[in-house]
Amino acid sequence: MEAGLDSRPALRGKAVPEDGRWWFSLAVPIAVVGLWVVLSQVGAIAPAVLPSPRAVVVCLGEELWSGRLGDDAIASLFRVAVGFGLAVLLGIPAGLAMGHSALARAVLLPAINFFRSLSPLAWIPFAILWFGIGDAPAIFLIFMATVFPMALATTAAVVSIPSVYLRVAQDFGLCGWERLAKVVLPAILPQVITALRVTAGLAWLVVVAAEMIAGRDGLGFAIWDARNGLRMDLLVAEMIVIGIVGVVLDRVLLRLMTLPSVRWGYER
Amino acid sequence: MNDKAVRLQSVSHHFGSVEVIRDLSLEVSHGEYVAVVGPSGSGKTTLLNLISGFLEPSSGTITRRGESRMVHQQDGLYPWLTARENIALGLRTRRGTAGRPGRLEAMLDLIGLNGFADHYPHQLSGGMRQRVELARALAGEAEILLLDEPFSALDYLTRVRLRGELERLIRERPRTVILVTHHLEEAAQLADRVVLLTGRPARIRCVLEIPRPRPRRPTDPAVVEAVERLLGELGADPETSAIIPPDHVARADGGGR
Repeated sequence: MEAGLDSRPALRGKAVPEDGRWWFSLAVPIAVVGLWVVLSQVGAIAPAVLPSPRAVVVCLGEELWSGRLGDDAIASLFRVAVGFGLAVLLGIPAGLAMGHSALARAVLLPAINFFRSLSPLAWIPFAILWFGIGDAPAIFLIFMATVFPMALATTAAVVSIPSVYLRVAQDFGLCGWERLAKVVLPAILPQVITALRVTAGLAWLVVVAAEMIAGRDGLGFAIWDARNGLRMDLLVAEMIVIGIVGVVLDRVLLRLMTLPSVRWGYER
Repeated sequence: MNDKAVRLQSVSHHFGSVEVIRDLSLEVSHGEYVAVVGPSGSGKTTLLNLISGFLEPSSGTITRRGESRMVHQQDGLYPWLTARENIALGLRTRRGTAGRPGRLEAMLDLIGLNGFADHYPHQLSGGMRQRVELARALAGEAEILLLDEPFSALDYLTRVRLRGELERLIRERPRTVILVTHHLEEAAQLADRVVLLTGRPARIRCVLEIPRPRPRRPTDPAVVEAVERLLGELGADPETSAIIPPDHVARADGGGR
């Protein structure tokens, strides 16, 4: 079963038979690629507009073999890991503070809402000015893109903890750090995991844009480089890799939703 | 010397400008079983939250001798803990750790849920969840048990069965119990004394002693008589008042088309 998505089939349309699912999932990609193959073969699309599937496959093979694509993917993933990791480390505690204290909300929320509404790409000039070219500006931009939604999601989760959980905590003498660790964090975990998935996706979008302008390597830089060299086959190959890495990233985080102690958050 | 388990003296409570409880005084002796009955929204849960110490009264004093545990209407279990872990939480304040595993198993035995110990609350039925919550509250040595409509989310048969189980659990280890319910029959069946509250702001309207020793059946004449008296107090006795006027029924039918 697809964790967290298909637990209530009645609300989500007719269930698909288990053994036929992988085929259903591949139907659209196969149709799109098939159409692409046919249109290229009959010459309906000029190679200068969209390269042929064959050229892209050959290019993908070369790039993987040479290790360039792998290196770029690792460079991008490293930036996402650091930028997103910092955002989580700062965003969740900030959200906890805002969830618990009306004063903290009053002080921080207006600023957070302002920065959340500001496209992270608007920071690119400053990112380059302050951090130069390389890992740091991309990390900074990823951080700016993800820390505010993470903090807001955590705040919302804390505010919506049913008061009965806190009354029970008091009854059983749970207070301070123990209450945080044993009641508040487990109570918000399902919502936090959902927020992690959303913001990790955001981070993956931002790293490509950041590297295009402020990078010397990484998948975003490779896209820009291919465009400058008019290597449309390379461009498509890199787009495919970016999409696949993004999906894999989401799948990994999706696994968190299958932890026994958070299932309740997705099954009620 | 104060021999009362719970004593409320002229307690009033407001939420903002809303007065929920007005000048309420009540004493509950050790080992006594008191039911508090009143209309929905009359501040019964607030009363329990005041007694448990979760809320501070706006005025008046509350003294409580001994620890208290509350059983909630529903969803009082921590959904991220299994039934066993939830009950283990109830053992926390017991002095020393010796005997804890045994005590936990004994509680599971007592509520007949050994086979479900490692299930999470969302995997249990409503009746099972309330049993686990009862076990969690009873697992410790808390002297005072506060029950906030513990069975009201359950179907009739399950609630009658759970009332019996609660009786048995209290008999095995007597405690002071304050039960809040809007169910008159439940109150009259379980309690030594029924306190009837007015609508908001809540005051004590009348107190009824149930003379028959516990346990009682829901059909015990003393229970039936108490229910009739309570209904009379509330002005809802079927003998003396028509609850649904015939013209109202007709209108309801007309609106249903």
